[in-house]
Amino acid sequence: MAAAPKTNKIGLSVKDYRGGASTLCKGCGHDVITNTIISAFYEMGVEPHMVAKLSGIGCSSKPPAYVLKGAWGFNSVHGRMPSIATGVALANRELSNIGISGDGDTASIGMGQFVHMLRRNTPCVYLVENNGVYGLTKGQFSATADEGSVSKGGMANDLPAIDLCTMAIELGCGFVARSFSGDRKQLLQILKAAIAFNGTCMIDILSPCVTFNNHSGSTKSYDWGKEHEGRIHELGFVPNWEEPQVDFSEGGTVEVPLPDGGVVWVKPLENTNHDPRDKAAALTLLHEDYKNEHVYNTGIMYLDSSRESLQDDMDLPAEPLWNMPRETLRPSREAMDAIVESLR
Amino acid sequence: MSEPSTAPESAATSHPEPIVNRLSIQGATVNGSGSQTANNTLLRSIFQMGIPVSGKNLFPSNIAGLPTWFTIRANADGYTACRKEVDVMVCMNAQTAREDVAGLPAGTTVIFEESLNLAGLRDDLDFHAVPFAKLVREVCPVVGLRRLVVNMIYVGVVAELIGIEMGEIEKALQKAFATKPKALDLNVDAVKAGLAWAQENLKTHSRFRVERMDKTSGKVLVDGNYAAAVGALFAGVTVAAWYPITPSSSLTESLISLADKYRLDPETGKKNIAILQAEDELAAIGNVIGAAWAGARAMTSTSGPGISLMSEFIGLAYYAEVPAVLVNVQRTGPSTGLPTRTMQGDVMFCAYNSHGDTRHPCLYPADIQEAYEFSLASFDVAERYQTPVFVLSDLDLGMNLWMADPFEYPEGGIDRGKVLDEEALAAAEDWGRYKDVDGDGIPYRTIPGTPGGKGAYFTRGSGHDEYAVYSEDGDVYAGNVDRIKRKIQGSAAYLPQPVTDDRGSSIGIIAYGTSHDAVREARDQLRGEHGIETDYMRVRAFPFPESVKTWIDAHERVYVMEQNRDGQMRNLMRIEIPSVAEKLDSIRHYTGMPLDARTVTDAVVAAEANAKGAN
Repeated sequence: MAAAPKTNKIGLSVKDYRGGASTLCKGCGHDVITNTIISAFYEMGVEPHMVAKLSGIGCSSKPPAYVLKGAWGFNSVHGRMPSIATGVALANRELSNIGISGDGDTASIGMGQFVHMLRRNTPCVYLVENNGVYGLTKGQFSATADEGSVSKGGMANDLPAIDLCTMAIELGCGFVARSFSGDRKQLLQILKAAIAFNGTCMIDILSPCVTFNNHSGSTKSYDWGKEHEGRIHELGFVPNWEEPQVDFSEGGTVEVPLPDGGVVWVKPLENTNHDPRDKAAALTLLHEDYKNEHVYNTGIMYLDSSRESLQDDMDLPAEPLWNMPRETLRPSREAMDAIVESLR
Repeated sequence: MSEPSTAPESAATSHPEPIVNRLSIQGATVNGSGSQTANNTLLRSIFQMGIPVSGKNLFPSNIAGLPTWFTIRANADGYTACRKEVDVMVCMNAQTAREDVAGLPAGTTVIFEESLNLAGLRDDLDFHAVPFAKLVREVCPVVGLRRLVVNMIYVGVVAELIGIEMGEIEKALQKAFATKPKALDLNVDAVKAGLAWAQENLKTHSRFRVERMDKTSGKVLVDGNYAAAVGALFAGVTVAAWYPITPSSSLTESLISLADKYRLDPETGKKNIAILQAEDELAAIGNVIGAAWAGARAMTSTSGPGISLMSEFIGLAYYAEVPAVLVNVQRTGPSTGLPTRTMQGDVMFCAYNSHGDTRHPCLYPADIQEAYEFSLASFDVAERYQTPVFVLSDLDLGMNLWMADPFEYPEGGIDRGKVLDEEALAAAEDWGRYKDVDGDGIPYRTIPGTPGGKGAYFTRGSGHDEYAVYSEDGDVYAGNVDRIKRKIQGSAAYLPQPVTDDRGSSIGIIAYGTSHDAVREARDQLRGEHGIETDYMRVRAFPFPESVKTWIDAHERVYVMEQNRDGQMRNLMRIEIPSVAEKLDSIRHYTGMPLDARTVTDAVVAAEANAKGAN
């Protein structure tokens, strides 16, 4: 791939996509994701002021402050960022939502809102920075901690983990991916495709907590990730203004065009052959993770851009609702007369 | 004896002359039997005859099968508050008939399904046995419909008994069944069957009569939830998120039906409004806050349990200064409480809702006009002060039919408050999202998506400074929350002011919301029956303006009328205006029934007797 140009297609440089300095622990997986988000928005040439960066509560909810200083941020309440994203999407469909969440914020307190965002197909790049523990409250297990995973204090988790990718696919999400903050190259391509996608994109990212869950016995550590990650394909995204640099005719490459003209492509690797358009295959693949002693498969599990977005399903106009003029929003005197007459 | 306007409407049986245009009719039926349509037909017919009227539906939390009562009050003087006494009773429900009859005042006219055999129960009532079962068999060949149609037969019987004009009944039915011509015919036939039977078989008419007058022309009959929906529509609401809950559901459902007609783009047919049924109230308020943050005029409608769930987000909106309109159609709490009964139970809860130091503008609509106007105005308040605003309606106002003047078309513009667009941002020096530039505590906000590169900021519920930057500095925190307090207190002058009606008395009554109708009538009873003159102040908003204190100061004793157990408004006033605490007593009504004048009158008389005894 050619070296990134100094400015992107709208003339901005990478620094225009940066935010404040991180206050997370040194080496935190989340900071890798932060940097990847900056690169993805830069490479996609998104206008920062047209981005709403949203979060709930927890370590994972801090990164919106570390990216895109020219974007509007909203650090809301625990587990309820999806409802904020939905409200934003209804008020102004021209904004791009990026929601950054964690395993506690999504899989415990936020489960209710998470599943309904998926059902509605609220346009949002929804990241779960998944480390299996609550960091800010000092290391309690979360609901995505694997059964048998051992805490820093030596206690084994005896509850089954909630698999967010499986759940997202079951609930009709059309963009379901899994990645690892130790695999920046793959994550960048997934994020770029997600930014172009119109609907909810659920990206579950193993993002180790260096302070509370990076020891041996943990199944969410850097070492565990590096040992267990299995890329299910090589993948890339070609935005609608770029010429593809890959040979799509090469054996087994699958191209999935998005409605905006961009193309997601995946190419089988040795021993893998997953077609992300195949829902049943995606579910089987995810289920097999567990049979295979937690092989951690990464890549785009499922991709289907045919579902209507929230706003289209609600038959909303192309222009944003928030800025409609009074004349459009306030019915006429004749309308009031008709309303009154109906009550006589 | 010249009859004062406040004369008890149920006089003794010995009273021979007819009582005209002062009566209450109660129908006791089975929930889910279509009796609401029958009762509304009676109500609307009386309204069309020019007689002031109201309807109170006392219904169970049930889809079908449990007992339900509907009371219609017609009153020539325009007293339409709930009234405890019944003059004409319709007993259609075997489950409750005996108890219903036992509770009636002497002289009541009672019609009942003949098989219930009620006539022997009392000798001081005016009983009329009606063969409803037989009549409905004749008029309705479809067995499955008889349960519904039978109620229309009592409409005909009552019409003949008290003098409702058949032409008005037909007109009311045409309105109810405008889109169902087949059902219209069947229902008209049923009413006529009841009327014909009554004309042939009734030996006497009721002494309670209605006669045409001219006191409803130009008026409308509507429930407060519909009125609030109209207000929101004309205010320019663009996002409404809700979760169904009695007694507020019909508010957003009314908005949906209004929007389907009046918010469609004439060219594309697309909807210029997003009405979203959320997964719960936790999400509904999140949708509202997200939408309002992104610039929409956004609202939710709910009831007490919903407010409980929304409380965490309400605190965020208060502290992060995001507008939101919440219409709380109050019901009887705590917990699930009596979900289909009314209460003013959330006065304290809304005023200081959420953890930490908070206070929120609250509006207390008393009638249909205010349900409309306050809903309309609440969006301006929310945006002007960048904060959540509560409209505290209740089940009585929200779900019952009230007579009202037509809604006035809003002449003013839309007040979106202090919003900086690209141009204003470019001109602004050193803009900070939470800076108090004008000295009124209200900062300038920007809407996400504003170009120019100067407007972006970070909204958070955690500590923040004037530039919206994260801060744990104690002085910064205190300065910020003090500014917000000033901002909210400043809204007192902008919100609807108290309405007073003083007669030079040293005794004051304070009421708010739906107590108004009963208090208005009670003051006339107090004067007419007991020689007690009262001054009156109706509080319409929180925070209280200075005039509330001034008015209380000018009185010796003040009774605060409340539809809750604890005297919540009195308590709120004691907190906010400590110097008047000793003067305030409260009259509390909390059975879940709409307030009636007699309850107010009796309580004031008793309290005054005590006060005089103590002196």
